[in-house]
Amino acid sequence: MRSFLPAYDMRVPLELDEALETMAREPGEWKPFAGGTDIMVLLEQGKLADRKFLSIARLKGLRGFTVSDDHVTLGAMMTYRQVQATTILQQEFPLLCRAACETGGIATQNRGTLGGNIANASPAADSPPALLIYDAELELVSAQGARWVPYAGFHVGYKKINMRPEEMIRNIRLPRTKKNWRQYYRKVGTRRAQAISKVCFAGAALVDNGGITGARIALGSVAPIPLRCRKTEALLQGPLSTEMIQASADQLEREIQPIDDFRSTARYRARVGQKLLEEFLLGLMTTPAGRPA
Amino acid sequence: MPETAKLAVSFQVNGQPHTVEAYPMARLLDVLRRDLRLTGAKEGCGEGECGACAVLIDDELVNSCLVPVAQVEGCKITTIEGIAGETLHAVQEAFIECGGAQCGICTPGMVLAAVALLERHSAQPTEDDIRSGLAGNLCRCTGYMRIFEAILQACEKRAGADA
Amino acid sequence: MAPPSTAMSGRFIGKSIARKEGRQKVTGRAVYVDDMEMPGMLRGATVRSPVARGRLRDIRLGNGIPWDEFTIVTAKDIPGKNCIALILDDQPCLADQTVNHVEEPVVLLAHEDPYLLEEARRAVELDIEPLPPVFTIDESLAQKQVIMGEDNVFKAFLVESGDVEAAWNRAHLIVESEYETASQEQLYIEPQGMIASFDSEQGLTVWGSMQCPFYVHRALMTLLALPVNNVRVIQTETGGGFGGKEEYPSMIAGHAALLAWKSGKPVKIVYDRMEDMAATTKRHPSRTRHRTAVTRDGKLLAMDIEFIVDGGAYATLSSVVLSRGTIHAAGPYFCPNVRIRSKAVATNFPPHGAFRGFGAPQSIFALERQMDQVAKALDMAPEEFRRRNFVREGETLAVGQIVREKIDLPALMDRALELSDYHAKRQRFAEENPRRQVKRGIGLASFLHGGGFTGSGERYMASVVGAEATPEGQVRVLAASTEMGQGTNTVFTQIAAEALEVDYDLIEIAQPDTSIVPNSGPTVASRTCMVVGKLVEAAVLGIRQQLVTTGLLPLRGYTSEQFRTACREYIQRHSALKATSEYSAPPNVYWDDEKYKGDAYGAYAWAVYVAEVSVDTTTYEIRVDDFVAVQEVGRVINPVLATGQIEGGVAQGVGFALYENVVWREGRMVNSQMTNYIMPTSADLPRIRVFFEEVPYAHGPGGAKGIGELPIDGPAPAIVNAIENAVGVSIKRIPVTPEALMEALENVHA
Repeated sequence: MRSFLPAYDMRVPLELDEALETMAREPGEWKPFAGGTDIMVLLEQGKLADRKFLSIARLKGLRGFTVSDDHVTLGAMMTYRQVQATTILQQEFPLLCRAACETGGIATQNRGTLGGNIANASPAADSPPALLIYDAELELVSAQGARWVPYAGFHVGYKKINMRPEEMIRNIRLPRTKKNWRQYYRKVGTRRAQAISKVCFAGAALVDNGGITGARIALGSVAPIPLRCRKTEALLQGPLSTEMIQASADQLEREIQPIDDFRSTARYRARVGQKLLEEFLLGLMTTPAGRPA
Repeated sequence: MPETAKLAVSFQVNGQPHTVEAYPMARLLDVLRRDLRLTGAKEGCGEGECGACAVLIDDELVNSCLVPVAQVEGCKITTIEGIAGETLHAVQEAFIECGGAQCGICTPGMVLAAVALLERHSAQPTEDDIRSGLAGNLCRCTGYMRIFEAILQACEKRAGADA
Repeated sequence: MAPPSTAMSGRFIGKSIARKEGRQKVTGRAVYVDDMEMPGMLRGATVRSPVARGRLRDIRLGNGIPWDEFTIVTAKDIPGKNCIALILDDQPCLADQTVNHVEEPVVLLAHEDPYLLEEARRAVELDIEPLPPVFTIDESLAQKQVIMGEDNVFKAFLVESGDVEAAWNRAHLIVESEYETASQEQLYIEPQGMIASFDSEQGLTVWGSMQCPFYVHRALMTLLALPVNNVRVIQTETGGGFGGKEEYPSMIAGHAALLAWKSGKPVKIVYDRMEDMAATTKRHPSRTRHRTAVTRDGKLLAMDIEFIVDGGAYATLSSVVLSRGTIHAAGPYFCPNVRIRSKAVATNFPPHGAFRGFGAPQSIFALERQMDQVAKALDMAPEEFRRRNFVREGETLAVGQIVREKIDLPALMDRALELSDYHAKRQRFAEENPRRQVKRGIGLASFLHGGGFTGSGERYMASVVGAEATPEGQVRVLAASTEMGQGTNTVFTQIAAEALEVDYDLIEIAQPDTSIVPNSGPTVASRTCMVVGKLVEAAVLGIRQQLVTTGLLPLRGYTSEQFRTACREYIQRHSALKATSEYSAPPNVYWDDEKYKGDAYGAYAWAVYVAEVSVDTTTYEIRVDDFVAVQEVGRVINPVLATGQIEGGVAQGVGFALYENVVWREGRMVNSQMTNYIMPTSADLPRIRVFFEEVPYAHGPGGAKGIGELPIDGPAPAIVNAIENAVGVSIKRIPVTPEALMEALENVHA
């Protein structure tokens, strides 16, 4: 453990309001701390620049979920384990459940939270591509009030998010609009389980007799941020054909910006990203509605 | 440099109440090992990859190297030292019989992961359930085969006992 | 699936007796070095070079740290010789005027506050004037920079039989290729750790995680200029070693000892995973060139092998790794003309060292891949080509050793092929693959592994094992062999109980403590059961001999209780009951160190492994779906433990082949965390199916031969052979990452 522990502080507020007031009083000084599965690794490495934390993992205002006709709203402190166990998510947002299964092992899934994962803003995270597919919205809350923002656009650069220092994520809202969409999720990691992704692909398409009438394509680990590939989506309209598959694969390669790092290569990420797109599109022929490939 | 004050944190470990004075971000792993002298949980990687530090917090499997002690106020913690009662747990017996432990360093975390797995699966877990249930616990010695066998044996004993 | 049952069971030998220290391990009561605390104990830390090669000009202690509270040690403090005594004694304990690898230790610090210690470690500045480093085997051979000796070569061997040059002209076919293996980290789950305590009267005591207490003992004597009885080394429960704790512990023990000596307090140094991975030894990377001539009917005519390993910055055990790799380079085949030229060269990487297999996984990878290439060139099935060339009883191996064991390799291979359903699968995969995204393949490797030290090694080692009776009537075995999970304690107990014909519980195994146990040699080289186990048997029989001679025990037919009583009685009369047994080489074993020829090992274990893989052509991921491991091992002392050894070794071999990749930048390992250095999880491994054959070896206990390293020799070539079967590309370098496979497949299609 390489950090000088006496330099770090953590408080455990009893209510959400208390946490928000502290953050408002000293903006940027106090950071929310959820399950800790990312922050504690930095502490261990001696690389944790932030010093003061507010434990929010058990705050009532951040837990649980609600269901309305139009939305499923998840508390930011919902753990991956809880995501997997929630029936309506299994039924209508299966890619999020898939992502939750792929994130670490059981111990990580018991502690890791959706909100913490989003705020950590790693481009290699497993849930963001699914959240982008589902047009997720985030509720950002501060002592001043709350506002909703689309998740798309929340990431503005490598590990940079569009959120004020006195705000935190309270809810993640998923519009119930993809029930009838064909859905696909595939993460390619460094090994079968407990792996950081090298390429992560999420896709959804609305298909009728005339072909594709709506598409969502989102990838992780191929850009500084989780990437919604709108230009590629734009080519996915109408009857599925070899030409469409080829054209969208070419467009995908232009839209993503993968790098070489010690986990993988840019060439591999690009090539496999294309192949996953192809697999998704070919699978549209056979997959029943709503079930992930 | 400015120093954070230590915090008094109270929690239960293996049924016993404890209060420790510790820096709030002290790892639960270190508090267990150094302050409470419960050295069963081990440090294998310090980043939540190997599972050697696994404990149960409120019956959920977690990596104690990633938990700041400030977050366990009021929690119920179970370590490997609390798994055996008057007699060994069925998982522990099975590990001995089937050769599930070689060097033993991953064993405390592995036993806890197995106990948690059995709690999650009231019916017989499949081999896939076992593989994914243990995927967060790395073992370098065994290749996992004897461990799977131990868990299957513990399940069978449980099924036999329930029958 | 139960582990295999074996014929020839005695009361204990051949039985799956539960692990002796199993109960402590499953209850978390086993005591590893980091579990130990002592009053007044300080923590120690090491400041290391960030640069691969350079001149150390200055050491500066930064501001903001209360340095007067710290114990600080540098090279000039060392009371004895500044080296880690091993073979060449070239490796400094602390860098003095030059540094030769990243992470080379330079300064030691101790303080009671572990957090302040880390701050202090960060605050030490090393002023190093960089020099041009050497990072590849080719650069080292080219000698543009001479970084070691005259020519960068730690060691070289030449093995010759017949006349390779004359054979080329007679060849029907010649196949040439080059193979590479990379560094591999041992990744024992318990990081390295030591506690040292120094007292001007008693001297130095060291506790820690290690495989070889007497290696550490010798190194500490040299480093601190202490006489033999003033150094005591005690092995604590060791959480995995695999060779990684063969020589490195002498370094960390030396560091803890220096801090303890200077501070007058006990000092504990335990590495975190990042430091352990980056700074300690790893498997030697290798490059092997094969040139093979065959006759028209597929018989080996000549094998010309060049085998080179990268030793890193200091010699450590490179000469011995090279030796074993060299001797195993031509495998279990008969070839009338063989030449093996091998070298261990220096580079500016952290020194490479022992890792299970010890040179053999490297040379066997190359050989078994080459065998498949030659078979392909002959348009012959790989198993058929091997069948025609397997060595038989009475024929010689490459070093000229006549095989005197009753080994039937064709039958061993047939068993492996049958158990893996090899032929049917090969055919089915060939039919189905064209229509499938996920392509399947099956491949094999056949190999051997010598038990014990090479040649005259065991004779020089002159291992001694002791046994003593305790006042309670127990028999305690005194050996330096360490338990690190492989089952030493259990197997020794079984051997002793069987020999004495007493209850299992009557036998104790002493904790390896150099003040109590004689030097039975290091726990390495697949020798613990086969060589030391035999000495255990003799030593305990020596105890019984004394009881019988003094009339306290009949020669046979006694109960355990009577045995105990006899021991107690003897001790009452004579105050102690002890026996020792010293190694003597089996008869008719001759080895020529100069010519590097003769009987390299007393016995070999033989194996054929079959791997079934699937290759996903969408993601280029490779998965091992089934693995069959068949081996002939003399005698299985404990089926569960032996099976566990094979399964664990195969798992490490799968890692070696597919997952484990050390990423080096400027001579530094940059992926030194478990997140980024990938070992297989339970989800990545197949069922590993293990089968034993037993042809008893006369000089092993119960007939047993060594098996510790054997299982890591075969998986990599079997897997890469299977990949070739699945997708038609011939890969010559491991690990075969999906990225590497993609490049290989796309090059083929380009």
